[in-house]
Amino acid sequence: MPRRDDIESVLVIGSGPIIIGQASEFDYSGTQACRVLRDEGLRVILVNSNPATIMTDPEIADATYIEPITVDVVRRVIELEQPDALLATLGGQTALNTAMALHDAGILDKYGVRLLGADIAAIKKGEDREVFKSLVDALPPELGAESARSAVCNTLDECFAAADELGYPMVVRPSYTLGGRGGGFAYDADDLRQIAGSGLAASPYSQVLLEESILGWKEFELELMRDRLDNVVVVCSIENVDAMGVHTGDSVTVAPAMTLTDREYQRMRDVAIAIMRAVGVDAGGCNIQFAVEPTTGRLIVIEMNPRVSRSSALASKATGFPIAKISAKLALGYTLDEIANDITRSTPAAFEPTLDYVVVKVPRFAFEKFPGADTRLTTTMKSVGEAMAIGGNFAEALQKAMRSLESGSAGFWTKPDRTLPHADLDPLEAVAIPHDGRLYNVERALRAGYTVEQVYEASGIDPWFVDQVLGILELRREVEQVVADDGIDSAKSLAILAHAKRQGFSDLQLSKVLEVAEDVLRHLRQAAGIRPVYKTVDTCAAEFAAFTPYHYSSYGEETEVEPREKPAVIVLGSGPNRIGQGIEFDYACCHAAFALSDAGFETIMVNCNPETVSTDYDTSDRLYFEPLTVEDVLEVVAAEQAAGPLVGVIVQLGGQTPLGLAARLKAAGVPVVGTSPEAIHLAEDRGEFGRVLASAGLLAPKHGTARSSDEASAIATGIGYPVLVRPSYVLGGRGMEIVYDEGSLRAYVERATDASPEHPILIDRFLDDAVEVDVDALFDGEQLYLAGVMEHIEEAGIHSGDSACALPPITLGRSDIARIREATEGIARGVGVRGLLNVQFALQSDVLYVIEANPRASRTVPFVAKATGVALAKAAARVMLGATIDELRAELLLPDGDGARMPLHSHVAVKEAVLPFNRFLGVDTVLGPEMKSTGEVMGIDAGFGVAYAKSQAAAYGALPTKGRVFVSVANRDKRAMVFPVKRLVDLGFEVLATDGTAEMLDRNGVRATVVPKYSEGLAGNAVERILAGEIDLVINTPFGSSGNSGPRVDGYEIRSACVAKEVPCVTTVQGASAAVQGIEAVIRGDLDVRSLQHWHRELAALRAETRADGSGPR
Amino acid sequence: MSRTTPSRTPISRISRSSPAVLMLEDGRTFRGESFGATSDDLGRPAETFGEAVFATGMTGYQETLTDPSYAGQIVVQTAPHIGNTGVNDEDPESRAMWVAGYVVRDPSRIPSNWRSRRTLEDELRAQGIVGMSGIDTRALTRHLRERGAMRGAIAPAPADGAGEAALLQRILDSPGMVGANLAPTVSTQEPYTVSPASFGVSEVRLRVSALDLGIKSRTPARMAARGIEVTVFPATASGDDLLADGPDGVFLSNGPGDPATTSYAVEAAQKVLQSETPLFGICFGNQILGRALGFGTYKLVYGHRGINQPVQDRATGRVAVTSHNHGFAVDAPLDGRTDTPYGRVEVSHVALNDNVVEGLRLLDLPAFSVQYHPEAAPGPHDADSLFDSFVDLMQHPGKKGNA
Repeated sequence: MPRRDDIESVLVIGSGPIIIGQASEFDYSGTQACRVLRDEGLRVILVNSNPATIMTDPEIADATYIEPITVDVVRRVIELEQPDALLATLGGQTALNTAMALHDAGILDKYGVRLLGADIAAIKKGEDREVFKSLVDALPPELGAESARSAVCNTLDECFAAADELGYPMVVRPSYTLGGRGGGFAYDADDLRQIAGSGLAASPYSQVLLEESILGWKEFELELMRDRLDNVVVVCSIENVDAMGVHTGDSVTVAPAMTLTDREYQRMRDVAIAIMRAVGVDAGGCNIQFAVEPTTGRLIVIEMNPRVSRSSALASKATGFPIAKISAKLALGYTLDEIANDITRSTPAAFEPTLDYVVVKVPRFAFEKFPGADTRLTTTMKSVGEAMAIGGNFAEALQKAMRSLESGSAGFWTKPDRTLPHADLDPLEAVAIPHDGRLYNVERALRAGYTVEQVYEASGIDPWFVDQVLGILELRREVEQVVADDGIDSAKSLAILAHAKRQGFSDLQLSKVLEVAEDVLRHLRQAAGIRPVYKTVDTCAAEFAAFTPYHYSSYGEETEVEPREKPAVIVLGSGPNRIGQGIEFDYACCHAAFALSDAGFETIMVNCNPETVSTDYDTSDRLYFEPLTVEDVLEVVAAEQAAGPLVGVIVQLGGQTPLGLAARLKAAGVPVVGTSPEAIHLAEDRGEFGRVLASAGLLAPKHGTARSSDEASAIATGIGYPVLVRPSYVLGGRGMEIVYDEGSLRAYVERATDASPEHPILIDRFLDDAVEVDVDALFDGEQLYLAGVMEHIEEAGIHSGDSACALPPITLGRSDIARIREATEGIARGVGVRGLLNVQFALQSDVLYVIEANPRASRTVPFVAKATGVALAKAAARVMLGATIDELRAELLLPDGDGARMPLHSHVAVKEAVLPFNRFLGVDTVLGPEMKSTGEVMGIDAGFGVAYAKSQAAAYGALPTKGRVFVSVANRDKRAMVFPVKRLVDLGFEVLATDGTAEMLDRNGVRATVVPKYSEGLAGNAVERILAGEIDLVINTPFGSSGNSGPRVDGYEIRSACVAKEVPCVTTVQGASAAVQGIEAVIRGDLDVRSLQHWHRELAALRAETRADGSGPR
Repeated sequence: MSRTTPSRTPISRISRSSPAVLMLEDGRTFRGESFGATSDDLGRPAETFGEAVFATGMTGYQETLTDPSYAGQIVVQTAPHIGNTGVNDEDPESRAMWVAGYVVRDPSRIPSNWRSRRTLEDELRAQGIVGMSGIDTRALTRHLRERGAMRGAIAPAPADGAGEAALLQRILDSPGMVGANLAPTVSTQEPYTVSPASFGVSEVRLRVSALDLGIKSRTPARMAARGIEVTVFPATASGDDLLADGPDGVFLSNGPGDPATTSYAVEAAQKVLQSETPLFGICFGNQILGRALGFGTYKLVYGHRGINQPVQDRATGRVAVTSHNHGFAVDAPLDGRTDTPYGRVEVSHVALNDNVVEGLRLLDLPAFSVQYHPEAAPGPHDADSLFDSFVDLMQHPGKKGNA
């Protein structure tokens, strides 16, 4: 039966910025959906504030609104575009909540917009915990489905009443929040008060659910699809290795489920299907979570998501069944039997994938970024990314996943035990605490002689999984024994090494265990013919032939890599999302695949992040779902060199992960294309780079490189404090700090050397009050294409990833930009860049300093591409493969001129960072040189004020247009603050301030009401008033040294209160000025929406005019 | 389901086993380790012969091993880990394991499930099932997919080329599946009755005679749960035997072997059709009904063995995800109605993966059959309502077929 013919245009809502609990998986699903809709000839209108996504590329939708995902903005889009339908089940909780709000506001009805996939009633049944619970309880009793005993509460008093019934411990879950935000375990009344209190605040409906504890039960998930004829299939079962009590997003998970008999599995399936029918998800996907009591098999339904979720992305990658794509088709009215299975081509999507491999997902955390955060894993999700691995058995998949994480340890025994979390505890005590890397402690406990049963009792991890870890440990001991007895190159040793490889041991792990160099071990292994083969993810366990080369390595008999004739390029992806290395790099990798495919190459992607577009089997010609380690990459390269001509490997687009492999890959004879590893070294080595700058006549802040504590303090004294210190070769300012004295410097060196042992510490003069500028450019060896100049809104010292920035720069003069262009070209030439270059400059007192240069794709590439309407990453990939900038201009891939000067009257784009502080209550929210943001948004409009206001609305909620502003600033900032605060008063704001700030404002003619400091402990202090909801905007710049003294703590409490109540909080002078401009623009009513395509058309026209005037930059 | 055993099976470990091979009749050999029984009753190193087939279900190895339809076959499990949930006393589908041999990639080191009573390997040994592990089951599956199911053997690794040649000769000398008459070897020898009372249903609403060609215990169970008293007859029971007590309906079960060899069952089915007694067949029973109607049967290249097989009901367009275990299929025209000595017949169900006939419906007599397993075990319960259709047919035989 054909698809429904009553719709011609569809509005798709994306998921906005990357935040914890809602990451790039929704770019993957949204991109798939948009493609399906367009292939069906529908006009696609997209709203998503996140520029770093593939889905917001102008060619993915017909009209792309990079605008805040708010009811007001989406209403304006609906007014303008008049879509027939809305697809909101592929943009995570954000899209679903927005759709609900649009419905509640009557907007969908008013404009006749139909909801596709799941209707309002179904969404409410799935999302409202009370409704859902009663629905589960109403299922036929023979199904054996139960929900946990529970109570829905709207006030704390109701919570305490319910606690008498349910007993402690109990689970607190707020309704309608993401990733369980605001939830947790309450062990006593105090816990309940705190957790339920914040849960009530976090829930948009002030509702929490209290549940009997099912802590320690086994946890499972099923992913289902249903079409309008009521055909239902279960796409995947997922079992959590961590028992109930750890959010599934923070759990190690495995697919398929490992410890269910068919009877139990089928019962779970029956219940899941009955729930999906009862909820009424008519055409699309859903995800249902279950808990199973380990000793009785009692089955409890935990929750369902009536939409595509993070788990659906994982299930899609784990099975090869593209849930989002098929959801979109089902929403259009197709039935499962009408949709072909892309992989087999000959069979339909109406089936259940069966796996002949094991998939393990491990979460990636970023606690090191948030000192003071609670690292215990709970029902609130805290991880920032994940890695997935596929293996022939569980041990292989687990060990591949562990080394995919790049979390410091690269699998068991790759780091000393003393560096493990909770190393000071007895291992059995350590495994009782759910934490990042708990499996390392499971292994430590088993090694210490505890039994599988003891570890199970302590951790709740099913004995089957614990025993798998024991199997790995036993095999290690056998390897050691055999090698010790017979010598490493004996036949018996090689046989046991082959066995270890089949169980997923890396060369690195074996080299640590056997105390030989990794390269030696690799050569020995390869010489003995112990090489991986590549199997295919085919949805059907080889029952039918597969046509999509989606591969994973395993140690078996037969490889499935097909020979090929076209020259191929391998693109190395960026691995798990983390702070500092996120979706932006995946964006660049995908674009390289698209561009090189268009240019006639066969493209091959290597990555291990299931949340990405790059790991969609449609993105490149071949996909290897593999860890990004030297060993795993070298084996892929060898397999592809055997398959056909290989032009080279791209390491410069996936961020630090592949870049860090460059030198070793090249040393192993792998052709690295684009900027050479030597050039990369030139840019990253301080001394070498200093010589490049000197010969180009450029200045860097005074700096030095130290390899010891003494050396560091000598250098810092020479430069003069404050200094900026950091380890070399890092992304996202990991371990970067501003230190003010020798004591803190020495303390830092202690910590940082642990963070990155192989590399020395860099010490820079810290430039106070400088304007920071970010530049992205392309260099082909002869010519520079300056893609964009971004001016940071926060001053130098705030990590560029956390700083808002504007393109074009809002305060730089033409001569400044000309100097920047010249400097960038000098660096590109000096370093020997072939491809992308990102340079950070600081302009202080009219002196231009080069802070750093990175000869690779930067975090800002997608932002620049969207702000300037140029497919920068595509052009970069072409340059890396030898195309010149002139050739790309001739192909119209690049425009004439470049981004150094945007034409007069062109739009302004503002990028704002999104920070995860609401996940880490108790962590200070002050920005600094260490990057902390998880994602970004873009605001785009004709002028800076509105663009900035949009960026704020997209990132944190709209700027207030009236009400009370609380101001408390450091002495050095007081002078600069007078003007913006005065302007706020003129705009009608009431000003509250601490006494020092109030006094200064008063002397400048600004009346401010004095509010006591928090540290004075008086009633009505700033923190109390923020928590009481009496403050609409906070301007607070930090002061006091980073100790625990009074003023510093005051600021900390103020900012924490802002996070808790979601009050906009500005922490820099420049931010305050920008906020004032934004507020003015909103008050003037300038906030309107325009599609990206509109802005790009306008820009192209302006560029043409500029050319006609002959006033171009060339 | 038993909830009386809260403690887990004590952890036991599988010792490193001896080298073994799986050799196929085309000479392809896979090396691995022995798994399960390693010697026969006389203590000689065990080897086993059978038709190598692959099964793709990720759950239900215990049901698979005890499914009589696998008699004579060396079953290759594509699921990577087998044995994770051990062996319990509730899930066997018959009185014994029937596979001729069992091939897995990674046997579980320990079982972990609250119902587990013993390890799979212990059970394989106890039942004398020869198996092997540690081989690239995906490569083997791809080989069988491309070349078709074929004869093979699991044996201790031959010491030399001569040993290998001898083993290959023994494989070539072993019987194949075409022409194999296996149903009588797995069938009950004496009739027995499954009563609704044992499934908590007090009232006997209907009585059915079931021909056991290799019946799985779940099948009478699903009928008994609907108030049907099921009398199970040996494979060679005649039509008169089946009809002797004047049952409300007759059921033809699943079973192993080549349907072309089962003339006794075909004749019995024809007798039942002539009596106009409502008839329901599954799997082998579908093939028997097909032959009784005058259709041919043929051997599929590698068969359907899995629990994820989509089957479409041609009347409603609905798709059921179903459990399959068949190497043969009925050769009937997919479209339109065929005139047979028993009136008009149409193909009611089709496999969406490969358009194989998955169900027959008579339009002028109360009879229907499906090629798959509505009783599941293992597998999804999507087709369970076919037993309701059978009940309906017995209560309203005038409605004909699977109405």
